[in-house]
Amino acid sequence: MKMRGADAILRSLEAEGVEVMFGIPGGAIMPTYDAMARGTTVRHVLARHEQGAGHMAQGYARASGKVGVAIATSGPGATNLVTPIADAWMDSTPLVCITGQVRSTLIGTDAFQECDITGVTMPIVKHSWLVQSASEIPAVMKAAFHVARTGRCGPVLVDVPRDIQEAEFEYHYPERVELPGWKPPSKVHTLQVREAAKVIAHAERPVLYVGGGTLNADACSELLTLAEAGRLPVVTTLMGKGSFPESHELHFGWPGMHGPKWSNIAMNTCDVLVAIGSRFDDRVTGKLSAFAAGATIVHLDIDAAEISKLRKADIPVVGPLKQAVQELAREVGRHRAEGAPAPAAWLERLAELRETYPLRYGTSTDWIKPQWLLEQLQAVCAGEDVIVTTGVGQHQMWAMQYILSEKPRTFITSGGLGTMGFGIPAAVGAKAARPEATVICIDGDGCFQMTAQELVTAVLEDLPIVVVLVNNGYLGMVQQWQDMFFDGRRSHVHLTSAVPDYAKLAEAYGGVGMTVTEPDEVRPALEEAIRLGRTVVVDVRTDPSEQCFPMIPAGAAALDMVEYTDPTEVAT
Amino acid sequence: VKHTISVTVEDKPGALTRITTMFARRGFNIDSLAVGPTERPGVSCITLRVDCEQHSLEQIEKQIHKLVNTLRVTELVPGEAVERELMVIKVNTAPERRAELIATTNAFGGRVLDLGADAVVLEITGTPEELDSFHELCRPYGIQESVRTGRIGLSRASSAKRQGRRRLAAIN
Repeated sequence: MKMRGADAILRSLEAEGVEVMFGIPGGAIMPTYDAMARGTTVRHVLARHEQGAGHMAQGYARASGKVGVAIATSGPGATNLVTPIADAWMDSTPLVCITGQVRSTLIGTDAFQECDITGVTMPIVKHSWLVQSASEIPAVMKAAFHVARTGRCGPVLVDVPRDIQEAEFEYHYPERVELPGWKPPSKVHTLQVREAAKVIAHAERPVLYVGGGTLNADACSELLTLAEAGRLPVVTTLMGKGSFPESHELHFGWPGMHGPKWSNIAMNTCDVLVAIGSRFDDRVTGKLSAFAAGATIVHLDIDAAEISKLRKADIPVVGPLKQAVQELAREVGRHRAEGAPAPAAWLERLAELRETYPLRYGTSTDWIKPQWLLEQLQAVCAGEDVIVTTGVGQHQMWAMQYILSEKPRTFITSGGLGTMGFGIPAAVGAKAARPEATVICIDGDGCFQMTAQELVTAVLEDLPIVVVLVNNGYLGMVQQWQDMFFDGRRSHVHLTSAVPDYAKLAEAYGGVGMTVTEPDEVRPALEEAIRLGRTVVVDVRTDPSEQCFPMIPAGAAALDMVEYTDPTEVAT
Repeated sequence: VKHTISVTVEDKPGALTRITTMFARRGFNIDSLAVGPTERPGVSCITLRVDCEQHSLEQIEKQIHKLVNTLRVTELVPGEAVERELMVIKVNTAPERRAELIATTNAFGGRVLDLGADAVVLEITGTPEELDSFHELCRPYGIQESVRTGRIGLSRASSAKRQGRRRLAAIN
C-alpha cells in the first residue's frame, strides 16, 4: 500500500501493538502529528515537556511490561528526551523514542532546531537509527521494538527527517527482523544451572540478591518458587522491589546505602550470594572490596557484560532469567528432596537480626515525621491495588523502607540515574498502563518542582494520580550529606516549604490540593485523596531536620553503616 | 598487556563511532585502530590494539559484542595470528648517506616512494615490531614525519580450526 513515511510510523506502531504514546509536537515531527490527526488506534498523551513525555513512557513500560513510546520534535524536543533516555538506559527500561529531524538536505548545516540527537544519545542507547529513506521506516521500526525489548531491555532512538516523513513509498511491514549482529542469549546452560544449584543447596548462609532484571524477565513467580523450594532468604534491590512479596517471611529487606542493617548483614555475611538480574551497583555494595567478602558469587543475568564487571562471578549463568530461575528452582528443590538441609539456623539468625535492628526514627511530636507519614500511607494502601512511583532523595529511600510492595511492577523509581522529577510523569505513565490501579507518587518538594507541569497532563488526559508530597522545605538528601560530610555547612539547599503553595499550585493545574501540618490530619487526608479518584496533591509538611538512616557513607564498607541515634538518649 | 581485537561489523552508519564511543565512555584506551572492508560485501573489519588487563579485555569484548552492528568479536592470539602494519616515513638524508638508508630499507623489504634533495619518503610493511625497529634505525638520520596504519591481522592458515582466534566464552 502506498503511503507517506509519517503514516508508516503510525502503521508500524499499530503493528507492534502500541496502545499509547507520550509526546509533544513541533516543527520537524509535524507530518507525523498530521498523520495522527488523520487517524490512528494509538492513543497520544500530550505532555507539557518532552522530559515528562519520556518519563511517562518509562512509567508506562515499567507498570505494564510493554515497550514505552515517546515522541518529540528535533533539536530541543529531542534533547529534552535525553534525561529519560539516560534513565531508561541505567534502569534497563524498554523505550522507543521517535524524534523528528530537520530535512535531510539540511542535516549538517546547523539548520533551525537541528541537533545531532543520534550522536548526543549514542552512549546511552542500545541502538539508534537516523532514517535515510521512507522505505526504511517499517524495518527500522520493527528492529527498534525488537532491540528495545529483547536481551537486556533498554532505550532505542529513531530519528526521522521531516522530508522522509513526507515521502511516499510502498508500505509493507516485515514479518521478521533483519539484524544479523543482534543475538541476545536465548537459552541457559543447563550445566551452569546445575553447578549453581549444588552450591546454593549446600550453602549454610545463602542469600538471593534480586534486582530489576527479574521484573524485566517476568521471572517473579519463578523466584518465589525458588525461594520457597530452597528456603532461601531474599533481599531485593531498589530496582527489584516488588519482584518478591515483601510481607513474605523469606523477604529480608533491601540492600545498600539506606537499606536496613539486617539486610546488609545478610548480604555481607552470607557464604553464597546469588545475584539475579542485579549488577553490584556501588549504592548496593558500598566499598566493593569489602562487599560480601569471601562469599561464593553465583550471578544470573541476561547480559554477559554484567558478569564479573564489578565482582568476579564464581558461577555465571547467562541467559533469560525466567528460564534460568525456573531451572534453578527445580534443581535446588531436587537437592532439598535428596536431603540437602535448608539453612534453618541462618534464617533464624536473620529473623533475629530483623527484630534486633528495626528501622528507627525520632519520636518527637513537634513535626510530622516523614517515616511515620509513609507508615500511614502503607497502612492506607495495604491490600489495595496501588502503584507507587517516587522521585529521588530522602523520600525515595523512606519509600523503599516503609512501603511494602507485594506485587511486581508496583514500585517504580529512578534507581541508576537518580533522576529527580521522575515521580510525577512516571505516575501518569503508570496510570495510562493500569487505569484500574490507584497510582501514588511519593515525591519530595525538590523533585516536585522539576516536573510539576505534568499534573496538567494527569488532569486533562484523565490519568488521575495522587501526589504525597514529603515536604521538608529542603533538598533533603543534599542537606543530609552537607550535615554529615561537610561539617554542616548548608549550601543552597533551602527551598522553603510554603513557597510555592503546593495545594494552590495543584488547584491551578486543575487538581485538588491539600495542606497537612498536623499528624492527626494525615490519615484522613490520605484516605480522602485516594477516594476522590482525581489528581490530588497532599502537601505534608514534615520535619526538616529528619535524616535517612541507616546510611552507608559513600565508599565505606557496608557493615560500617551509620545508624540512627536518638538525640534525647543519654550517652553512657 | 597489549591485545589485538578483531571486530567484524555491518557496514552501517555509525558502526565505528559506536565502538569508539563505548571505549571513551567506559574509560578504555585504544592504541591503534584500523578499519577496512572484508571479503564479504557490507561487512567491515575493525582491528583494535588495546593495552589492558585481562579483566578489562573481557569487558571490552562483551561490550562490543552487545552493539547491534557487531557481527563477531575475537582476539588475535599472539603467535597464532599474522599481523601486519604499514608505515610511511619521511627521513632526512644528506646525499652521501642516502645509499645506506636505501639499503636498510631494502633489508626490511621496504620501498622508496619519493626522493627529494635532502629527504626521502619510505614505505615499510611488516609486523608492528619490525616497524618499531625500522623507526629506531631512521632516528639518527632525523625523522621529519611518520604515519602508521595501525595493525591488521588474520589467524594463520596453518592453525587448525581458527585457533588463532579466541572467541568470547561467556556469550551463548
